[in-house]
Amino acid sequence: MNFPSKPVTLLFALGVISIASVSVLAQQATLIPTSNLIEPADLVKILQSSKSGKPLMIQVGSHVLYQQAHIPGSEYIGPASSETGLQQLRKRVESLPRNKFIVIYCGCCPWTHCPNVKPADDALRAMGFTNVKVLYIANNFGTDWVDKGYPVAKGD
Amino acid sequence: MTQKKLLIGVVAIALALGIYFFARPSRSRSGPAVTQGALAPDFSLPQLNGSQLELSAYRGEIVLLDFWATWCDPCREEIPHFVDLQNRYGGQGVQVIGVSMDDRPEPVRTFYQQFKMNYPVVMGNAKIGDLYGGILGLPIALLIDRNGRIYAKHIGATDVSVIEKEMVSLLQNKNDPVNNLR
Repeated sequence: MNFPSKPVTLLFALGVISIASVSVLAQQATLIPTSNLIEPADLVKILQSSKSGKPLMIQVGSHVLYQQAHIPGSEYIGPASSETGLQQLRKRVESLPRNKFIVIYCGCCPWTHCPNVKPADDALRAMGFTNVKVLYIANNFGTDWVDKGYPVAKGD
Repeated sequence: MTQKKLLIGVVAIALALGIYFFARPSRSRSGPAVTQGALAPDFSLPQLNGSQLELSAYRGEIVLLDFWATWCDPCREEIPHFVDLQNRYGGQGVQVIGVSMDDRPEPVRTFYQQFKMNYPVVMGNAKIGDLYGGILGLPIALLIDRNGRIYAKHIGATDVSVIEKEMVSLLQNKNDPVNNLR
């Protein structure tokens, strides 16, 4: 019986680990540059301001969480960690001017574990959108938005 | 004159307080506050196998109610520990119940098989989220005593040894009213 030589086995294992690592890293919200982020308090100021143009706000996380509480006026697209969610996102924005102000958010998990915002940010920038911000939710939407008394809507 | 100034001062402070309390943003968490000692709200939800699960049917047992989702990394990390707790304490009157906040049951079924989950999992929804004061971040684990009252609530990934310690305490009937809510 032929066994693969040790170097080949080692290379194969390293390859698998590398692919897995890249796959995980690709979803890490912590890799989003800080210049792409917007703090909840700053978004609230924009929403309350009558001068600035309101952004298109898109929730790219769980529908059950969206139904319980979301930012008024924001739209539910679906989890951007899945290809279906990304397709929905691309479809929603494809006809918009590339300088459209877009805010994406999730808040399902602590920032370090959110699987959705990074793929959404990457997808929009790959489409050429230049004015995209990701809402920085450190813990979760309940703690960092609802409990702070920021405006909330319920339902679909 | 001094009395007039004092009166004006009091009125000004009262006005300022009034404006503050009326103008401050209201908290929008829906549903009842889920606090230590409160009865865990009852629910009836479909399990993955289609049959209904009622929380009240577990009265008399110590329940670990885990709100989770397959896409939530901290939740996934906790599941093997909960499987282990169910294995070790199930015979002593402990029951773990998972409430999946996934949008669809398909990934939950796959996950259930992959992780060899040994306790019932129901599909959650916005209604149960509201019932429990808003499940607006995952994971959230509640430890419920034999009388159906909430003993502890853990938001976010929690060291399983903390939960186990509380569980053992409940099994030994040491329901000291310590501050377990955090």
